[in-house]
Amino acid sequence: MKDLSLNLLDIAENSVKAGASLTRLHILEEGNTLTFRVQDDGCGMTEEILQGVTDPFYTTRTTRKVGLGLPLLRMAAEQTGGWMEVQSRHKDAHPTDHGTQVTAVFYTDHIDCPPVGDLVATVTTLIQGHPDTDFHFLHVINGNEVELDTRQLREILGEVSLAEFEVLQWISGFLSDQYTGQKACE
Amino acid sequence: MKSLAELQAIKEKMQGKVALREGSSDKRVVVGMATCGIAAGARPVLNAFVEQVNEAGLTASVTVTQTGCIGICQFEPVVEVFEAGKEKVTYVKMTADKVARIVEEHLKGGKPVAEYTIGYTEL
Repeated sequence: MKDLSLNLLDIAENSVKAGASLTRLHILEEGNTLTFRVQDDGCGMTEEILQGVTDPFYTTRTTRKVGLGLPLLRMAAEQTGGWMEVQSRHKDAHPTDHGTQVTAVFYTDHIDCPPVGDLVATVTTLIQGHPDTDFHFLHVINGNEVELDTRQLREILGEVSLAEFEVLQWISGFLSDQYTGQKACE
Repeated sequence: MKSLAELQAIKEKMQGKVALREGSSDKRVVVGMATCGIAAGARPVLNAFVEQVNEAGLTASVTVTQTGCIGICQFEPVVEVFEAGKEKVTYVKMTADKVARIVEEHLKGGKPVAEYTIGYTEL
């Protein structure tokens, strides 16, 4: 993966596949630390699957339940001196509050820290592909927030799909404007 | 600054169009967006299709969607084009630059771009 925005897209796709109705994509940058978190209310994973998710050689070809996404994220985080953690509550054991949370910490002053990349493209890509699930995107850079919640947009849009080109363009502009506004304040 | 009021205006404009569009898509562009696709550069390819299908005024007849791993990871980014009554066309090692020709010649003109397809690529 070239940058963190691609890791984010990849990990968030797992949440959608797990049947999440709401996926939170939170990135917190403070000083030299970047915390990356994807949290969903999908079906969750059993203990057995959870044990193996970060091992690229665990996946057996017949099930192909996880793959390389999490190992790649872990590698990227560990290369900067950081770490990754996956917590999950499977729906069978936790019928009312299930889901998965992936957290990765990167040290941004490390030479091997990948660039953040195009987060706006990642968010619009997720919404384009999955207009019927909700995403809450929040990027906090030294206290300044860039935020988008599809639940709020859905309220305004009614039956108009979030995947309409004009809507995607608006989302892209809405986020880009927030990033530009931040730079102007610095 | 983009405002929520602008989004409201988009909604009002779109509402009438949605009803017309339903069920009329006859071509489907499917982009592989699993780990293999994303790592190989599928995101800009997908976004180029979304943009250019719209610019070409083809949104009524073409839908652009995403899928998981298609199974030929070494050829990613992979894009499949489905059309009722015709054989599926598989484009491999896609880039955003290749999208314009596919939109023009295949989606608009009806003739697949042979040299971008899997049959043309050296295996």
